[in-house]
Amino acid sequence: MKKTTPAADFARGLWRENPVLIQMLGLCPTLAVTNTVANSIAMSLATLFVLVASSFLVSSVKRLVPNQVRISTYVLIIATFVTIADLSLEALVPTIHKALGAFVPLIVVNCIILGRQEAFASRNPVGRSVLDALGMGIGFTLTLLLMGGIREVLGNGSLLGFRLFGPRYEPWIIMILPPGGFLTLGFILLTYAWWRGRAAAAARTRELAARTRAPAAAAARAKAVS
Amino acid sequence: MTTPLQVAAAPHLKGEMTTPRIMWGAVGSLVPVVAAATWFFGPSALLVVGSSTLGAVTTERLLGPPGALGDGSAMITGMLLGLTLPAGIPLWMAFLGSVFGIALGKVIFGGLGFNVFNPALLGRAFLQASFPVAITTWPGRPESWAALRGDNFAFPFASPQPDVITEATPLGLRKFEGADTPLWDLVTGSTGGSLGETAGIVILLCGAYLAARNYLNWRTPVSLLATTAVLSGALHLLDAARYPPPLFMLFSGGLLLGAVFMATDPVTSPVTNRGRWIFGAGIAALVVVIRVWGGLPEGVMYAILLMNALVPFINRATQPRVFGTRLAQAAT
Repeated sequence: MKKTTPAADFARGLWRENPVLIQMLGLCPTLAVTNTVANSIAMSLATLFVLVASSFLVSSVKRLVPNQVRISTYVLIIATFVTIADLSLEALVPTIHKALGAFVPLIVVNCIILGRQEAFASRNPVGRSVLDALGMGIGFTLTLLLMGGIREVLGNGSLLGFRLFGPRYEPWIIMILPPGGFLTLGFILLTYAWWRGRAAAAARTRELAARTRAPAAAAARAKAVS
Repeated sequence: MTTPLQVAAAPHLKGEMTTPRIMWGAVGSLVPVVAAATWFFGPSALLVVGSSTLGAVTTERLLGPPGALGDGSAMITGMLLGLTLPAGIPLWMAFLGSVFGIALGKVIFGGLGFNVFNPALLGRAFLQASFPVAITTWPGRPESWAALRGDNFAFPFASPQPDVITEATPLGLRKFEGADTPLWDLVTGSTGGSLGETAGIVILLCGAYLAARNYLNWRTPVSLLATTAVLSGALHLLDAARYPPPLFMLFSGGLLLGAVFMATDPVTSPVTNRGRWIFGAGIAALVVVIRVWGGLPEGVMYAILLMNALVPFINRATQPRVFGTRLAQAAT
């Protein structure tokens, strides 16, 4: 296995293995509750909290849990923290809690969280598991903020409730409706795939140039690609 | 070097019917509809249709494959979308609708021939979901023919000024106020409504021309209109007070425009003749259900889009028998 550093554990979830954009996990909250930035923040912070706390606990007790009942143990641990997050949100920000509806309790079955427990926390030390959970959680947060930002600006003409374009802006109501979630995620994935494809092509060109030791020709080819 | 013997792959004889020829023929047949819209709604009609056509053509030029403009299909999409909009809609909305229709309805699937849904209707569905007020505001008749309807020149991304005088469409009148429109007004087109949907006679004549030139397959519109007439006639016989007569159903709203120009789109309708009968009947059934029992007064757009989604299944279910296969099955 490749040697990893703490920085690599943390950074993996931000971009290279972003839970939504690359692993395609947790799409349900990504599509459902990102119609405003405030909802995105509440949802992603709740998920981040549950993810980090569960990873910490699962990693701590991994030697005590028999292999046969590990999944149910993870779910119990996750459900505990989800209950804490749910009740805290209800007490602190009741309007947002109401807007998120069933999606806070549904964090229990969020694939990102269960996936990290099974794939990482249950077989790595506590410190690395917490770093990994933080990275994945922040990667999820960034994606949700991007979604919520795009949808709120277009669909409501505002960002975090502040009007951006003056009173005469005509909101694109579709963007805060469910189709807007699919459209926005589709656009983000399309842009991301396009960008990755370009980066991969550039890397191939560089490799080819290094192998053939013909820098001038490769530079011309790189220019043609870009 | 030339050889006396030419070697080439089949086919060696080609018919005269090409995609650009059909598409440009359809563009030509839309001109009378646009002219009728201009007659009824004034210069606003030309502005709206022009804006949506410009949006479609520009998007196809920028995102589509090189040379895609030549087949004329983007032009049709833009014109059709414009004809489904009310006269008073801001021009930027018409433009945005056709950008969406071409980019997400057509180019993203791989261009002409690969799109699942009718791009013009997809653009309209996007506008309907985004700007539900602007797209259902039918400005009333101004004093002079040359006056603009509504707020066509609203600044891009700004709301239109609310128009003081508005009128309802025949379907809206019937659904929400229980008022009937005289049939003669419906046939000649002097009613409120979207640009291209009021002039029933003009649309029927254009459809007849297209069918006579074999640019469209007559089975889809005939099946669609006949099923609508039969279903709404049966309902009307059951309870004449509650359900509108079949001729009202046929000539009101976008049914004729949809039947002639949208349900017949060769890309998004079935390729078998049996499939075309089923396709038209399915659209008609959905239209009657939406109009009679739905919350919206009009449902042609959703009916066609829903049936577009079923086209691959219709094609598969109605595949003609390959010559000789049944005999082989019987023998074994």
